[in-house]
Amino acid sequence: MSLTLLNVIVAVVIAIAFAALNAAYLVWAERRGAARIQRRPGPNINGPFGLLQPPLDGIKLMAKQLTIPGGADKVLFIAAPVLAMFPAIMSFVTIPFSESIVAKNMNVGVLMIFAFASTGSMALVFAGWSSRNKYAMMSSVRAVSQAVAYEIPMLITTITVVMIAGSTDLMEIVRQQSGSILHWNIFPVLGNSHNLLMPMSFLIFFTCTLAETNRAPFDLGEAESELVAGFHTEYGSMGFGLFFMGEYANIVIGSCMTTILFLGGWNAPLPFLGFIPGIFWFLLKLYLLIATFIWIRWTFPRTTIYGLLNLSWKILIPLSLFNLLFTAGLIKVF
Amino acid sequence: MITYFTDIYHGLISLFIGMGITFKEFFSPTVTVSYPYETLTMCDRYRGHTQLIANEEGKPNCVVCGLCEKACPSNCISLAGEKPEGGKKKVLTKYILDFTRCSLCGSCVESCNFNALEFSKEYNLASTRKEDFIFDLLKRLEEKNK
Amino acid sequence: MNSPIKLQPDETFILNVGPQHPATHGVLRVKMEMNGEYIVNAETVIGYIHRMHEKMGEVKTYPQFLMNLSRMDYLGALGYSHGHVLLIEKASGIEVPERAEYIRAIMVELNRVASHLFWFGAFVMDLGGFSPLMYALQDREYILDMLEAVTGSRLTYCYFRFGGLYNDIDDDFISAARRFIPRMRKSLKKYHKLVTGNIIFHKRLEGIAPLSQEMCRKYGASSAVARGSGINFDVRKNEPYSVYPEFDFDIPVFHECDSLARYKVRMEEIEQSLRIIEQGLDKLPDGPIMPEKKPKLIKPPPGDYYQAVETARGSFGIRLVSDGGKTPYRLKLRSPTYSNMHLFDESCRGMMIMDALAFMGSLDLVIPEIDR
Ligand code: SF4
Ligand code: SF4
Repeated sequence: MSLTLLNVIVAVVIAIAFAALNAAYLVWAERRGAARIQRRPGPNINGPFGLLQPPLDGIKLMAKQLTIPGGADKVLFIAAPVLAMFPAIMSFVTIPFSESIVAKNMNVGVLMIFAFASTGSMALVFAGWSSRNKYAMMSSVRAVSQAVAYEIPMLITTITVVMIAGSTDLMEIVRQQSGSILHWNIFPVLGNSHNLLMPMSFLIFFTCTLAETNRAPFDLGEAESELVAGFHTEYGSMGFGLFFMGEYANIVIGSCMTTILFLGGWNAPLPFLGFIPGIFWFLLKLYLLIATFIWIRWTFPRTTIYGLLNLSWKILIPLSLFNLLFTAGLIKVF
Repeated sequence: MITYFTDIYHGLISLFIGMGITFKEFFSPTVTVSYPYETLTMCDRYRGHTQLIANEEGKPNCVVCGLCEKACPSNCISLAGEKPEGGKKKVLTKYILDFTRCSLCGSCVESCNFNALEFSKEYNLASTRKEDFIFDLLKRLEEKNK
Repeated sequence: MNSPIKLQPDETFILNVGPQHPATHGVLRVKMEMNGEYIVNAETVIGYIHRMHEKMGEVKTYPQFLMNLSRMDYLGALGYSHGHVLLIEKASGIEVPERAEYIRAIMVELNRVASHLFWFGAFVMDLGGFSPLMYALQDREYILDMLEAVTGSRLTYCYFRFGGLYNDIDDDFISAARRFIPRMRKSLKKYHKLVTGNIIFHKRLEGIAPLSQEMCRKYGASSAVARGSGINFDVRKNEPYSVYPEFDFDIPVFHECDSLARYKVRMEEIEQSLRIIEQGLDKLPDGPIMPEKKPKLIKPPPGDYYQAVETARGSFGIRLVSDGGKTPYRLKLRSPTYSNMHLFDESCRGMMIMDALAFMGSLDLVIPEIDR
């Protein structure tokens, strides 16, 4: 008993470290990537390739004074950034990085991650509401409608995958996709459902991940050209830092989920490449997805709030529902 | 119903086209100059603050006619001169340029008929004190001569 | 877009957008009365960087006022100087050599392209896309380098003189300009692919903020704001000045009246400006750039003079009342953005804030030019 408890604690510590490290260096990667896209060098002064930039930024943020605006709701104001970071870290505990690297596998892993993910938007609401700033409040209102609109198609596509796998256990879902790239849920020609509409589901899921993590082109909560900085307008110092890290941690979680549900998790794309350890494949897919996140952010303008809701209710939800029914039919047939 | 799907299709294609362009840009060389480490040479006609032109002896060409002072729209030139004993021409004793008000319009340089004023190529002019921008052009000339 | 909800005035709150706000690009303040995300009422508050240019025009001599014009609109400075020098030349009867006029037209058009490029980038940035700004700045940088090599400054030029120019262009400039035209055409294609065709961009602008022709006329709007609403008015064609009648170019007019139409007008104008530059370089005559005889002191005879020019931001008018003295009796500057901006108050009612700010971006506001 005590051993498992110890295991969990170690796992949580590792998860925090992984999340923090990822968050810090994804900021670096994003800045470098954006700079490359815009044909600038990006941060390149501190350390080789500017690799010391994230820790230095962190030190700078920590050295700043934590100010709380007058009239703000103190408790919520301080709780919000922590709440932004916490669910992301907790979700890492159940992500299987390979056959053997998983902190705590649960047979309801999918449900747990979605449960945590939906608390993420609470952080935005708290932050926006408590900081007593009109911009922040408008941003938090947007965040709620966005979260509601995008969790539905996301869950529906996930249910589709769960139906195919017949399990809510993340490891089981990955195992079902073993074989080759044609067994993966994104294009399961040889998979057990043969559902050729799955690429569409993948796109829907990916879009929803973008929206869920408040990334461009769905960064309506932040909308720096309209709402100044949205929900974190009033945050400075590490409060802002935690929001920032939370955003990147959420991106990692979202990409992990996409990898697991659609891209075959730790499975090699071709059977003869199976000698390379699974963790390599997992991280490769994960970081490719994250690179796409960054790439998208620096390509597109932002949507509007009604454009976003229209997209969700008129396109994503009907299509994902259709695919759900279609998959159910296919499972019955095969 | 058909338009519903064609709209989605065309929308998606337009997004992929955009991503293609940024992808190409990603692998293009950078175009910026990392400023403090690399600098560009200023072009010939670059307008920095004005400076006095010296003759062969290192003395300013200026004959203290005061045309530049009058031409300046922002009143940022103040100069003085005196006739040395025995000398015929006036000699410049003071030429103060208040760079905080100068708009680099070039009226002074143009109005000077004695080839005594020109634009410098100086652009590294950061300071936290206002007084640092009240230039004594005579002193600057002496420093340059050294 | 008209608001589908019924607005209750007692449920509104005031949102201060600006004077320091990312979307106002300068120190413009918009006091918005909001109902949630919807704007009930908006009031633009201007004057934060009023610099008394008109008063300065009265107390300074004519040549001394020359450089003030480029401080009005720092993005398309040469167009404003052009209006000023044309007016004074008209008033005091100075003949301008042909070469000087051609060079002026080329420079003004280059400056217009630079200004539109910056607007394009900033506009897309208002909509949340950051990279197009950087691409636009790269092309703009090329223009600024060319202009700097000739005029000596990058933004606030003081290049035109009464009767001519400060200095002549050289072969380097001409070859650089010739190289620029195909380069810009290629970039335009890229912008159209990256931005104009983009579905998100389209959805954000199509049908947003329709401006009727009456509205444009009522407020005296010009430039792309009027031409996006189907009003075919461009000073270069309607009241030709300088050497513009010699050039073959079109005035892009779109009839959709929405933000997208205004965007398209400006993008098309870049192409038309390139055509003018091309023709200008081909036709460029030899000769002096300053007239042989030019009055030493500029003292226009008493009278009332007016000159309108088409700058990057619209129809810029400058009126001079002279009493025959060394300084004008009155110098009135009609800045186009001032008229374009005042549309905003009335048109943005019932819009959502994000649409309203996109609409504001499509008006191409340069605040120093409004405040003067
Ligand atoms: S450049 Fe213009 S403002 Fe500056 S000192 Fe000369 S005349 Fe005065
Ligand atoms: S115009 Fe030339 S010569 Fe006359 S005072 Fe000025 S610098 Fe000296």
